[in-house]
Amino acid sequence: MAARRRLVSALLVFLCASSVFSGAESQEATLTGGHRAAAVDDPPTDTERAEQAAEQPAVEERRWEATEVEEATPDEAAGEKQDTSAPGTAAPSSAPQPKDDFQEELVVRPLHSGDIYASFQFRTLWETDFTRENKVSHYRLFPKSLGQVISKFSVRELHISFTQGYWRTMQWGQPFLPSPPGAELWVWFQDSVTDVDGTWKELTNVLSGIFCASLNFIDSTNTVQPSASFKPLGIGNATDHRFLRYATLPREIVCTENLTPWKKLLPCGSKAGLAVLLKSEKLFHSSFHSQAVHIRPVCEDRQCKTTSWELRQTLNVVFDLYTSGQGKREWSLFKMFSRTLTEACPLASSSKIYIDVTDNPQGEQFELSPATALLSQAVVLGDRRTFSVYDLTQQITFGSVRSLNLLIRWKSTEGDMLRPLLHAERYVAGYGLQTGEIHTLMYNNHPYRSFPVLLLDSVPWYLRLYIHTLTVTSKGKDNKPSYIHYQPSKDRLRPHLLEMLVQLPPNSVTEVTVQFERALLKWTEYTPDPNHGFYVGSSVISSLVPSIVAMDTNSTLKRPLFSSFFPCKEESSFFVRIYTEPLLVNLPTPDFSMPYNVICLTCTVVAVGYGSLYNLLTRSFQIEEPSPGLAKRIANIIRKMRGVPPL
Amino acid sequence: VCFSARSMATTAYLLSITENVKYYLLIFLVTPFALIKKKQKQKKQTRALPVKMAAPLTLLLLVAVTVRAALFRSCLTELIAERVEVVSPLTAWKRGKGAPATPLIIYLFHFLVDYAEVTFMLADVITAVALYMAVADYNKQVFRKQKYALEADRYPLDCLELIRSPKEMYYIPLKVAMFYLLNPFTILCCVAKSTCGLNNAIIALFILTTIKGSVLLSAIFLSLATYQSIYPLTLCAPALLYLMQRQYIPVNFRRFSFWWFIAQYAFMYLGSLFVLVCLSFFLLGSWDYLPSVYGFILSVPDLTPNIGLFWYFFAEMFEHFRLFFLCVFQINVFFYTIPLSVKLKEHPVFLIFMQLAVISIFKSYPTVGDIALYMAFIPVWNHLHRFLRNIFLVSCVLLACSALFPVLWHLWIYAGSANSNFYYAITLLFNVAQILLVSDYFYAFLRREHHLTYGLYLKRKDGSEATLVLK
Repeated sequence: MAARRRLVSALLVFLCASSVFSGAESQEATLTGGHRAAAVDDPPTDTERAEQAAEQPAVEERRWEATEVEEATPDEAAGEKQDTSAPGTAAPSSAPQPKDDFQEELVVRPLHSGDIYASFQFRTLWETDFTRENKVSHYRLFPKSLGQVISKFSVRELHISFTQGYWRTMQWGQPFLPSPPGAELWVWFQDSVTDVDGTWKELTNVLSGIFCASLNFIDSTNTVQPSASFKPLGIGNATDHRFLRYATLPREIVCTENLTPWKKLLPCGSKAGLAVLLKSEKLFHSSFHSQAVHIRPVCEDRQCKTTSWELRQTLNVVFDLYTSGQGKREWSLFKMFSRTLTEACPLASSSKIYIDVTDNPQGEQFELSPATALLSQAVVLGDRRTFSVYDLTQQITFGSVRSLNLLIRWKSTEGDMLRPLLHAERYVAGYGLQTGEIHTLMYNNHPYRSFPVLLLDSVPWYLRLYIHTLTVTSKGKDNKPSYIHYQPSKDRLRPHLLEMLVQLPPNSVTEVTVQFERALLKWTEYTPDPNHGFYVGSSVISSLVPSIVAMDTNSTLKRPLFSSFFPCKEESSFFVRIYTEPLLVNLPTPDFSMPYNVICLTCTVVAVGYGSLYNLLTRSFQIEEPSPGLAKRIANIIRKMRGVPPL
Repeated sequence: VCFSARSMATTAYLLSITENVKYYLLIFLVTPFALIKKKQKQKKQTRALPVKMAAPLTLLLLVAVTVRAALFRSCLTELIAERVEVVSPLTAWKRGKGAPATPLIIYLFHFLVDYAEVTFMLADVITAVALYMAVADYNKQVFRKQKYALEADRYPLDCLELIRSPKEMYYIPLKVAMFYLLNPFTILCCVAKSTCGLNNAIIALFILTTIKGSVLLSAIFLSLATYQSIYPLTLCAPALLYLMQRQYIPVNFRRFSFWWFIAQYAFMYLGSLFVLVCLSFFLLGSWDYLPSVYGFILSVPDLTPNIGLFWYFFAEMFEHFRLFFLCVFQINVFFYTIPLSVKLKEHPVFLIFMQLAVISIFKSYPTVGDIALYMAFIPVWNHLHRFLRNIFLVSCVLLACSALFPVLWHLWIYAGSANSNFYYAITLLFNVAQILLVSDYFYAFLRREHHLTYGLYLKRKDGSEATLVLK
């Protein structure tokens, strides 16, 4: 099998190379949709505009066709399932099995900066109840390790993410799934949990083992209970934030050791399906890498009669292929992941690749090969996007070479990205190691609509916030938050928690500033590299941003995975969560080589105080009677012997 | 940053004269009170302080308030309020609700937050006036005692030059007030709105009521001071000694009257402390403030640098010795009370001075305001100057350290060219100087007492001039 794959990949390398070096002729050979390629092959000139306009209806026609195909998929679901189980190696598909379902999906979005954003989503749905008395013992697709965690710790929802790098909203737009740099964990517990803090402590230790991460460093000093920012994403509108715990480790470094256990949770592991692309040597050679696990209960149908547990594993990665590709803007699956696709995961009911072609309706920006007839539209993040769809469960997708290597070749570099409606940044102002000021800037880029945002700041105790210096200004005017929740820190026990609801005026920058004082810590409380500084986790900004197009509020309708994560309650707005940069703050440090000296010197001073007072307290004044010197004494003895009076 | 601070200060000064009439009002509220007291005393005793002393005092208060008002209006306020020497985590105004302040202080400033500047100035004025009156009264008693002793021929003949004259004692109360009000430490403390000024006012009132012989008020103010920051508890020993001396109760463990008086005082003290604690509980509705204020003072969790000995010591402490050294250092403050009381049982006011000094050296979060309080007493011990051994050296060290504090702080925190050891070294030196100062005064006091008993010019057996040594 491996040999065959290597052969295939070698062939593909050859194909890629030949397609790069040869002209349009070889391109046509690799493309299956020759008609479209011909239409977009040459850069559009004035004379060809008319020709393009003439051809536009054809493209439109196909797009509609494509959406029809997409809408038909729910009906075909049963049939598809049978299809997938047929080539599967050992998929048990007997009738009374618990209803579980696995889908995999890869979204690729070429970014305007020349980078490539690839987002993997793997969803396992299982209609079961982890909370009931008799334990769930038979696992099929759902990973047993996580199932046991859910039932043992009475977890209602669990969201964990590991991220390396910072998502640049202004250059890349909004991600499908936001995550802060480092590790983030937030958990809603069931109402039945009595000792939430104890359970949380145990849970973080268990998760630390499962994901090989330093989640065991989560303790009371970096855990908060947000009152409004983190609502459950699944069913059940529990709002008692006593059962919510949120923690971030901004310093956490994500690497292969975290990826391997994450891949092991997949039904096919990294053996088949989209997961074969997840090779760490490529994934971590990227501008941004984020992997996450989201567990939540969801509704199966519109009436919510049956609920099931959803495990969503996501992996987002941004490749900077432009700089690594020697100036050529071109990428392929093989270039990104050093693998090509040969099959879907046999256990998956659906396995698709979506390529975002919204900005490329005529193929003037880039050219995609092999071309596909399947197009799909989805409303995602307040925008209607068009995607080319590759269904890996169809053998035809792999073509005659029995391997899929998607290739995008740019033609022009122009094209403006729509500015994201909401973005934020944060920095520390001031100089010296005594005080400082945290500035959080929130940009509302909407031209005429204002909208409220929830800002959550969790600041470690060693930055002592002067909360009375908190100011919120937009457009030079004071912008009074309509809701403020502040929990002061306790030294070495809990961090500051600041949450507020701020209305962002249209087309404005809102600045939140608060001053703080830097604490001197005990020498054992510093990190091994104290002069590197201390990380302060990202601010979290959650908002309902006005949508340009009507959002889809029916959560049970079959939609691509990437557009169905955040539940949507109303058509006019969509939920966005963005994270600011983590802060790196320097604290004053003691001299770490001095403990013995300091103990000695300070004790000496105390002893000087004690000694001088002791002297004065216990002794009394006396007249000094000088004792005669030794020589005089000896002389006197001799004089005495001689019978002469002493000196 | 602070452009032309001096010109700002002068303009602010002019402004303050025209605008801040309200500050002067408070002086006129306070001085008549002092004046009336003076007049009453005037009738009783001819040699007591004449009424014309009130004018310099008023002038002093005016100057002090003007300086403070000018500084409050200048751009230096922010700078001063950030100085770690001036504000400790316990007394910092800037920390706001996060500070471990006692509930009553929080409640007080709940109403006075808009008049904070006036409140802090008023506190300083009250302290100065209270110290003025207390010292005036004390000096009268000292003089009376000296007169009786002279009449009873209890002093050796050659001690005449040690006898204090009314002329040299005349300006002492005014000097005390001046030492407090015009001490840069006090001014900084007031401008930084450090609650240390309020604590000083309470302690000054305690001293005044004790010297005036009011047992109940003394106990109440002592409990207030204790409630604010545990350490003034040690002042109960001099208070008891003084009050008993005043009421001619012998300090004798076998006498019933002695124990009865202690029981009375303890009852009043504990009663008012109980009232304060309960009042705080009713204000807050929880006992959380007890660990967060007194636990904060005793367990020293906040290691922000200050002029004391605790911060660097406990920042560098090995974790398993922390509790041990914490106990040693905290006991150190209370430890000297009993031996000092035994040694100084005839001189409770000097004992108060000693205790205040020990507290300000060894407390966990000292500020320059604490030092200013005991330094205000230095003019009272004018007559000891001939016996001081190293006052010049000590004052030079104290001055140099005061100047070096901001310099080394800047080098460490802002310039980054020094490290914490530099600042720490200065705190060490500063504390050594304070210890030497206090022990020098103690030595001089004991030596004068010795001379008053055995004569000034002591001779050896062989008739040559003798030198005194401690043995």
